[in-house]
Amino acid sequence: MATRIEIQKTYKIYIGGQFPRTESGRYYPLKNKKGDVMANICLSSRKDFRNAEVAARGAQSGWGSRAAFNRAQILYRIAEMLEGRKEQFISELVLQGSTVAAAKQEVETSIDRMVYYSGWCDKFQAIYSSVNPVASSHFNFSVPEPTGVVAIIADEATSLLGLVTAIAPVIAGGNTCIVLASETKPLCAVTFAEVLNSSDLPGGVVNILTGSSSELHEHFSSHMDVNAVVYYRNNKAEIKTIKENASLNVKRVFVYNKINIATEKAESPYFIFDTQEIKTTWHPIENIGTSKAGY
Amino acid sequence: MYKRQLPDFRITPTIDQVGIEERVARFTTRSIKKESKMQGMKMILSMIDLTTLEGKDTEGKVKQMCYKAAHLHDVIPGLPTVAAVCVYPSMVKTAKDALKGTGVKVASVSTAFPSGQSTHEIKIADTTFAVDNGADEIDMVISRGEFLKGNYNFVFDEIVAIKEACGKARLKVIFETGELSTLDNVRKASDIAMYAGADFIKTSTGKISPAATMPVTLVMLEAIRDYYYATGRMVGMKPAGGISTSKLALQYLIMVNETLGADWLSNEWFRFGASSLANDVLMQIAKQTTGVYQSSDYFSKD
Amino acid sequence: MKENKNTKKAFYSGKDLPEVKLKFNSAWDLAPAPEDSKHVSIKKQYDLFINGEFVKPNSKKYFATYNPATDEKISEVADADEKDVDKAVKAARAAFGKWSKLSGKERGKYIYRIARLMQERAREFAVIETMDGGKPIRESRDIDVPLAANHFFYYAGWADKLEYAFPNRNPKPLGVAGQIIPWNFPLLMAAWKIAPALAAGNTVVLKPAETTPLTALKLAELIRDSGLPKGVVNIITGAGKTGAAIVNHPDINKIAFTGSTNVGKWIQKSIAGTDKKCTLELGGKAANIIFEDAPLDQAVEGIINGIFFNQGHVCCAGSRLFVQESVADVVIRKLKDRMETLRVGDPMDKNTDIGAINSKQQLLKIQEYINIGKNEGGEIYQPSCSLPKKGNFCKPTIFLNVSQSHRIVQEEIFGPVLAIQTFRTIEEVIEKANNIPYGLSAGVWTDKGSKIFNLTSKLKAGVIWANTYNKFDPTSPFGGYKESGFGREGGLHGLGAYLQF
Repeated sequence: MATRIEIQKTYKIYIGGQFPRTESGRYYPLKNKKGDVMANICLSSRKDFRNAEVAARGAQSGWGSRAAFNRAQILYRIAEMLEGRKEQFISELVLQGSTVAAAKQEVETSIDRMVYYSGWCDKFQAIYSSVNPVASSHFNFSVPEPTGVVAIIADEATSLLGLVTAIAPVIAGGNTCIVLASETKPLCAVTFAEVLNSSDLPGGVVNILTGSSSELHEHFSSHMDVNAVVYYRNNKAEIKTIKENASLNVKRVFVYNKINIATEKAESPYFIFDTQEIKTTWHPIENIGTSKAGY
Repeated sequence: MYKRQLPDFRITPTIDQVGIEERVARFTTRSIKKESKMQGMKMILSMIDLTTLEGKDTEGKVKQMCYKAAHLHDVIPGLPTVAAVCVYPSMVKTAKDALKGTGVKVASVSTAFPSGQSTHEIKIADTTFAVDNGADEIDMVISRGEFLKGNYNFVFDEIVAIKEACGKARLKVIFETGELSTLDNVRKASDIAMYAGADFIKTSTGKISPAATMPVTLVMLEAIRDYYYATGRMVGMKPAGGISTSKLALQYLIMVNETLGADWLSNEWFRFGASSLANDVLMQIAKQTTGVYQSSDYFSKD
Repeated sequence: MKENKNTKKAFYSGKDLPEVKLKFNSAWDLAPAPEDSKHVSIKKQYDLFINGEFVKPNSKKYFATYNPATDEKISEVADADEKDVDKAVKAARAAFGKWSKLSGKERGKYIYRIARLMQERAREFAVIETMDGGKPIRESRDIDVPLAANHFFYYAGWADKLEYAFPNRNPKPLGVAGQIIPWNFPLLMAAWKIAPALAAGNTVVLKPAETTPLTALKLAELIRDSGLPKGVVNIITGAGKTGAAIVNHPDINKIAFTGSTNVGKWIQKSIAGTDKKCTLELGGKAANIIFEDAPLDQAVEGIINGIFFNQGHVCCAGSRLFVQESVADVVIRKLKDRMETLRVGDPMDKNTDIGAINSKQQLLKIQEYINIGKNEGGEIYQPSCSLPKKGNFCKPTIFLNVSQSHRIVQEEIFGPVLAIQTFRTIEEVIEKANNIPYGLSAGVWTDKGSKIFNLTSKLKAGVIWANTYNKFDPTSPFGGYKESGFGREGGLHGLGAYLQF
């Protein structure tokens, strides 16, 4: 019996709900332990980042103004799609050097984490909003609002979990994002993009690039139309540059380099809170009648 | 005996947009079936103002459209004609000749349609020209710039002047609701136009988006109702642009039926400004009678 | 009516205007548009859902449930007696150990499953809800079932997040919750009760109302299909005696009740001296207040939504209308016109606005109140619509020229009957709105923001709708002041009732 030749997968990047190749045409090979080339990975350029930002900005007002319940349903659907593709992710993790047991654990934690944040979409507002009992006759309330477009440099050590950990709280809060996947373990990032694409998530809400942080961190942090940067790695020089560049347009910067992604400490509504702005509104309360009106 | 005064147009009844949209949602859940659907379809056909308002219009195009107006789909017997055709003033004579003896009216746009950005004299002349050529109805546009500046008296006076120039022709006043942006403004424009003598109030020119929408139409129908109770005078309503499916047109009719009642369910008081709606309605009628879904290949496009 | 040239002159000359009237329902009759019910399956007989299976009632007795629109019997359900209640509570207690020790994450996943399954079977639930209870299919399809599914979806997400809802506390479930629900929103009330209880780690014994047991039993089937561990949710049918047995059972930790104020008071009394926790959601007689600067047409729609939606079988119904005197005539004229376009009839028809009254008993009660209103001197108005000959139906009804002292203004009718009063000043209307033993809800209609907040902060009601009415959301807490009960359902505030700290 003749052996069947497999169709090898082309790994592209994910921008605006589409799967283009990097406009630079560059790539880097991903090798397994034996030194064989498993795949050619797009080496994304600053122009890819620029295009992704345009897509993210275009999608943000729509995504941010959807009902929280709607976002919750979409994040849950992402979890459903992830669960359905469990085996594919496990085999990709194994290809990239994981054991089967560890891979299963990582995928299951990722799915559960997605469900976790789906549950927060319509609840974090209750925790972080307030009606403020001001002394004057005003109805005064504070509510969180998404900060806008967030540039994320995801965890280097994991292929899937770091991605989910970074993305879920940001989009649960109504932001859109551009994410740089792990350089050494990029395979799951692209497959994850396929999952997002089949989950009713509007194009542009999440954009995923593969490539090198040493090249791209500069652009992630200097773009004048990005509102916040989130960094999950440990390179002190990169962190310094990011913080310096952020000052150009007063970006909010969050460096999560001390978190153990694998534990439950890595999931919390405070990660949603980080990429929210707080808006406080005042409105007079007129006082007609005997008892005093007020909150 | 008491003296009645024109209302102060600076003070408009307030409209709650969310409330309007919720009421509209109730209309869209009405289910129209069988005989009531057929009855609705025929009503819609009889209420259409078949429209061609393009820079590239010619006598030939207008003649073909006029034939379609009077002969929608001769294969099915017992169909009504449309209510009117709507054309530019330069085409009124052609349309009038083509429609002789059919009962289909000729409506003409005027007052520097669609922008309305011109002088008073030109707008009067535009109207007079159309009327002299035989137009039965005039569709004018209000000066949106003046309206948004708060110059309500200007808007009012302009409508009164055009109404006078119309003579026997019935006047439809177009608000271009897409430019007015709020439902409160739509209500205000409605009141101004009706008190100034409009015979019909109309949503849009069809040249910009959004054109007619159900919320805007509901606000105008409610304005007509309040005016009717206040003065005893009926005013017609015409949503124009964006109504291309019979399902949507039926929902508009439901809205008229439940807001103004039976008296407005005729083409004397309600029109659809549409061009491709007619064929969709014909396909629905054919489906009702034959039981099978239709293809647009079987219905003339003129 | 052709345009009358004289009226145009009349306008400017000042002569009196002719009386004008709009004609509804005469030009275009809508053909019947019945919802397809052939795909729906209802068993001839249902048993009790205890410990994950359907078991026969101890007494072997069943009672019928009818379609109030047709008076036809739809099915039979079991009559649970004290022994059955005991069995259910034991099952719930046995399941509680494992269920409460499950991680919040895993508990949440079960509840998510229930939500998703309900979304998949939505149409079937909607049809059965309409057949069993009489509410229009459009309401069950567009409101009841989606809200119920969403309620499960919302609370599923809280299961592993409880520590964030209660700062500085260590929340733990209470144990076994006994839950008794009414017949006006059968499936939705089941969702309001079960979802938060499960999310907090409790197990449940739930009794649906005796006239509307079917959707709760379909929910039991769905729960069984979801793989929820046995005994976590038990659904038993029965009437007042079954409910009393649940309330009095010694091994229940918490009672949650939605229903009439009288029964609520009896429950509060019955559990006195025990450790049982309790939440009550009882009756109401809400004030719906319209100021002269309100968006009037939308306010009228709010009145309709407030009292005629769901045939007025709503605890938070806006059953007392207060109209500022300066716009009373206009509002009442608009209200009457709008009432003419309401369609009363077959609940399975997609065009029906007002369906069947839930039972003959309730219809008689409503008719009695209508007579009381007439005898008390209220001016009654009903539109000209016709009612179906079979089944339990009532026309939407308004009473004009009534006051706070009339019985129909003080007592809850639970039907499509609205009492209308006028007011002149804000102080007056606030005082009158609060001048009842109830305090569940209220409506305020005005264009002025500061006036809204003046009223909302002074009205003694648990839910206040400003420029809207009868809006519900899983994230929005619902519950009453005073004799309308205590405790909140929905939102973060809905969790506390099912936890101990």
